[in-house]
Amino acid sequence: MDTFIQQLINGLTLGAVYAMVALGYTMVYGIIQLINFAHGEVVMIGAMVAFSVIGALVGADTGLSAPIIVLAGGVVAVPLCIAVACTMERVAYRPLRAAPRLAPLITAIGISIILQHLAMMLWSRNPLAFPQILDNRVFHFGAATVTSVQLAIWTVATLMMAALSILVYRTRLGIAMRATSQNPLVAGLMGIDINRVILATFALGAALAAIAGVMVGTYYGIAHYTMGSLLGLKAFCAAVLGGIGNIPGAMLGGLLLGLVEALGAGYIGDLTNNWFGSNYQDVFAFIVLILVLVFRPSGLLGERVADRT
Amino acid sequence: MTAALLELQRLEVSYGGIRAVKGIDLTVADGEMVCLIGANGAGKTSALKAIAGLLPVARDSVRFAGEPIGGRPAFELVRRGLALVPEGRGVFSQLSVDENLAMGAYSRRDRAGVRADHERVLALFPRLKERHRQLAGTLSGGEQQMLAIGRALLSKPRLLLLDEPSMGLAPRVVARIFEVIGEIARQGVTVLVVEQNARLALETCNKGYVMESGLITLFGDARALLGNDAVRKAYLGE
Ligand SMILES: Nc1ncnc2c1ncn2[C@@H]1O[C@H](COP(=O)(O)OP(=O)(O)OP(=O)(O)O)[C@@H](O)[C@H]1O
Ligand SMILES: [Mg+2]
Repeated sequence: MDTFIQQLINGLTLGAVYAMVALGYTMVYGIIQLINFAHGEVVMIGAMVAFSVIGALVGADTGLSAPIIVLAGGVVAVPLCIAVACTMERVAYRPLRAAPRLAPLITAIGISIILQHLAMMLWSRNPLAFPQILDNRVFHFGAATVTSVQLAIWTVATLMMAALSILVYRTRLGIAMRATSQNPLVAGLMGIDINRVILATFALGAALAAIAGVMVGTYYGIAHYTMGSLLGLKAFCAAVLGGIGNIPGAMLGGLLLGLVEALGAGYIGDLTNNWFGSNYQDVFAFIVLILVLVFRPSGLLGERVADRT
Repeated sequence: MTAALLELQRLEVSYGGIRAVKGIDLTVADGEMVCLIGANGAGKTSALKAIAGLLPVARDSVRFAGEPIGGRPAFELVRRGLALVPEGRGVFSQLSVDENLAMGAYSRRDRAGVRADHERVLALFPRLKERHRQLAGTLSGGEQQMLAIGRALLSKPRLLLLDEPSMGLAPRVVARIFEVIGEIARQGVTVLVVEQNARLALETCNKGYVMESGLITLFGDARALLGNDAVRKAYLGE
């Protein structure tokens, strides 16, 4: 029972991160039907930039408190990640918008490789370590524990997702995003400059990705130039699980995937008589992906199949 | 004769080498109500799309309020006062009626004016008022057409282009829609309507153009066209 609660807590933390990243995949897919495989790299860049800022502030001995230092990392990472994502859209994806779908997909993979190597050259081959500044307070629930970093991740993720929902469902820009995703030609007839709406979509996804990058970095204590690939793939699985193109679906899919992974890792040893250990945790995301694609390709909340007329 | 609001000069539209519109001239004066009729595949939709900025055309082949606008993107033309109600209505099916109307007013900044016009459109179409929070995709065909027209009105157009507003609708609904279009024209909006139902179109409009295989073959006073033998044979089923 204690393992169960502990893994639930860990799963919700991972899930919050997956959800934030999955939103970027799903929003971009919803609006231009592109699976932006370079999105994971935006998360990585967010983490790397934040670490640099945090490292510099700690080194400069500013006397700022730890949460403020982490916040500063995020504040620098967000606009930089937005710039990276918007450049990507403008330079690589927009010219290919009318091209067959394979072209932008391959481009996305290419961008992902380029960004990884740029990050490697800019920072390091080796993982960056998070300075030990956070006094990670631990709260006990029976034998299970919650750390202050986990609480912070939940709070920030909840706030960000609430803000995104308000933006998408209540504001002029949000309605324009949904209109563009349903019918870009008619959106143009409404006076909507769809290029700007698409850029805004990339920017929003990148902002969430940057914050997610700071979260995972802080949670695991390291950042590495390859960290975006697996994380990005898993978040993509989460988006498919929820129904790609569907915003509440990405949130739900992210949380579920985090829970499946954590519970799977917690129990896989017991269930297989220790044939497989918790190091097999990465496999669950892909098992989920395959099951969804076989049994419910439109995902849990996806209804877009009927919508494309 | 008032000034021309819309002027097409040798407008051509091609789809990858195939010419759908082969150089047409057409004029709509301020305050007029003009119809464009013709058989399936004549190129009517292509012409309207070209005017509205959805297809690439030569710059000087389309003039709006004296300015050459050919090839300008659609979103920019909306700001200049041009609105198209597309063939098949094109409502955003996953948005509510209110959200669809809000998108019609996307290019406007005068919030109070938009709110007033939103109410006016709902008053013009009481059925939309009853359903204002419903998803547009769940409306009947006639209601969707009303929504598409109302949405276009919310951009406060000087020129309203309509592509087959009667398509797939029951006669009673079609009559109502044309009543409303006449009403809109009387309120000072210039109208160019493409229509299969030639009789209804010619009876409602002041002027008519007949299009055949990418060319204008006849044009003139709507009443005169109603009496024209060729038109009666080909389009009025007599
Ligand atoms: N996207 C396209 N690609 C290639 N050809 C097209 C395209 N759209 C239209 N055409 C062709 O252009 C010609 C004119 O089509 P258009 O839709 O303008 O006719 P229309 O007069 O509106 O017909 P209808 O009354 O059936 O709506 C047709 O021969 C059609 O096949
Ligand atoms: Mg047509």
